[in-house]
Amino acid sequence: MTSTGSIIYLEDVTVSYDGFKALSRLNFYMDRRELRVVIGPNGAGKTTLLDVISGRAKPEHGRVIFGDHTDLLPLRENDIAGLGIGRKFQTPSVFVNLSVWDNVELSLKRASKGVFATLLERDAGGERERIAATLATVGLADKAARPAGALSHGEKQWLEIGMVIAQDPELLLVDEPVAGMTDEETARTGELLESIAADRSVLVIEHDMEFVRQIARKVTVLHQGTVLCEGPVDQVQNDPRVLEVYIGRRREGTNAHG
Amino acid sequence: MPRREAVALGVAALLLVVALPICNALPTSSPLHLSDFRLNLFGKFLAYAILALGLDLLWGYAGVLSLGHGVFFGLGAYAMGMHLMLEIGAKSVYQSALPDFMVWNQVKELPLFWRPFYSGAFTLAAIVLVPGLFALAFGFLAFRSRIRGVYFSIITQALALSAWLVFNRNEMRLGGTNGLADFKTIFGFSLNQASTQRGLYAVTALVLVVAYLVCRWITNSRAGKVLVAIRDSETRVLFSGYSPARYKLFVFVVSAVLAGVAGALYAPQVGIITPAKLGVLPSIEMVVWVAAGGRGTLVGAALGAFGVNWMQSWLTTSYPDLWLLFLGGLFMGVVLFFPDGLVGALARTATRMMRLTRSASSTATPTESARSREAPRTGHPRPEPVSRTPLQ
Repeated sequence: MTSTGSIIYLEDVTVSYDGFKALSRLNFYMDRRELRVVIGPNGAGKTTLLDVISGRAKPEHGRVIFGDHTDLLPLRENDIAGLGIGRKFQTPSVFVNLSVWDNVELSLKRASKGVFATLLERDAGGERERIAATLATVGLADKAARPAGALSHGEKQWLEIGMVIAQDPELLLVDEPVAGMTDEETARTGELLESIAADRSVLVIEHDMEFVRQIARKVTVLHQGTVLCEGPVDQVQNDPRVLEVYIGRRREGTNAHG
Repeated sequence: MPRREAVALGVAALLLVVALPICNALPTSSPLHLSDFRLNLFGKFLAYAILALGLDLLWGYAGVLSLGHGVFFGLGAYAMGMHLMLEIGAKSVYQSALPDFMVWNQVKELPLFWRPFYSGAFTLAAIVLVPGLFALAFGFLAFRSRIRGVYFSIITQALALSAWLVFNRNEMRLGGTNGLADFKTIFGFSLNQASTQRGLYAVTALVLVVAYLVCRWITNSRAGKVLVAIRDSETRVLFSGYSPARYKLFVFVVSAVLAGVAGALYAPQVGIITPAKLGVLPSIEMVVWVAAGGRGTLVGAALGAFGVNWMQSWLTTSYPDLWLLFLGGLFMGVVLFFPDGLVGALARTATRMMRLTRSASSTATPTESARSREAPRTGHPRPEPVSRTPLQ
């Protein structure tokens, strides 16, 4: 099997923590410019999947290929980020003591992010437009000078999405972006992710089925560390195996929120 | 650097580097005369301030708390001390070419590792390189293994304890518990001469100014922002494509070098260096200076080092029993009531004063305040935005 055309390709990946298999012989791949949503009950291995791709967890078994032939397994997190894989965490993680502007500035894609390069570089003129454009995309242009710590929860989530966009990644990994958001914020976040997916690949993990229906074209259901089924959102929601996994929660299938 | 800061720094530099030595050189009858004792004391405090700047870079900016900086201070001080011991030569009590402590420890020949310290140039290099390379090796292992937070603090404290134990041993040929003392000359100048001490003071003050400029240059660069970012969210830094370990290693080495230079300036001015200066307790005291002055401001760290030590020298002469109680109380007080230290408390008071005067003037001229209140009437009233960040 070749990996041509895929942005990320995992083959036979197993990750275990103290004997517990968070991922078990998982096979997963995504096309370029695809917006994919991964759902599944708690403990299904959703976050571990992101950990493996972003270098935080190293599988004991399997292959992880980025793009055509970049093996991610020997690389550290910062090197993987440099290759063009951005990650947005579940709880907002921004630099609260820096301004919103500086948060984005630090995230920009650069030839070198080493100590001596950043010591000598000051304000590179051409970057201002990119930073301003990114802030406009996530709707924080008028708050550029504020410390990020003064933003609301939803704004911090958007700022972090902005920071990941500023990295100019080919693949974005987004972990539960709308947790704790109001309905209005959730709708805006959905639009934001869809616009990002216009020219990048986006992998979203989500619990909120309402939100999944808003953004998803193709859904992957994880269960006990393997792929249970995959397909368009309506098909997946009516799949008897998926209902089985979510049993005891809501059987109707209208809301599989865990 | 903003203009106000540049002006303030220039004034402080003139005062410390030029004015105080001149005051010292004035005849004792002059009202502006500064005694040799005082100037020497200030020289010691300024050496501490150099160390505090480095510690602030590491702790206040990058959020890495080292409880072992006494070790790097000690390495610099011992390097300088070894050279000064060798400069004594046969003028020592036993009139041997060997340092006195070696004579009474029955050491017949100068140990090999002492020999290069005959050279002044080697000594100056060692003052920078020994603490720097040691920090590089130690930091590399610690940061690479992702030891962080309180775990890093604990292993640096263990480092201070083991260094103290090692330097206390006579077998180390470094003078054991008594350390190195009775220095006579430095690069040929007699340490008993007031002019030599004045020169040492001026060099210390100058090094402090340069150290401040270097630290400010770092914090104003993009790397400085990365350091603050590491304190806020190391994970985010890592996933933004930076290696936090390398940045932390860099500041750790810079701060160790500053500590070593501080130690080397301390030794000839105080006239003695013993293992007691590089153990756990002095290392913690150094952290207290930075906390009391205000973390993440550089100025606060230097002021803290100067202020706390001045207080110490006053209290230990006037109320010797109270000093340790005071130090403990100071640390607790800072943690509980002034988490951003002296500088932070002053800044907050200044903001409050400004707000008070502004509201006082606006009640005096009601028409103007009514007009200004009209402006933000679009949308519902908002609380004032948080404009002050605790650590910037």
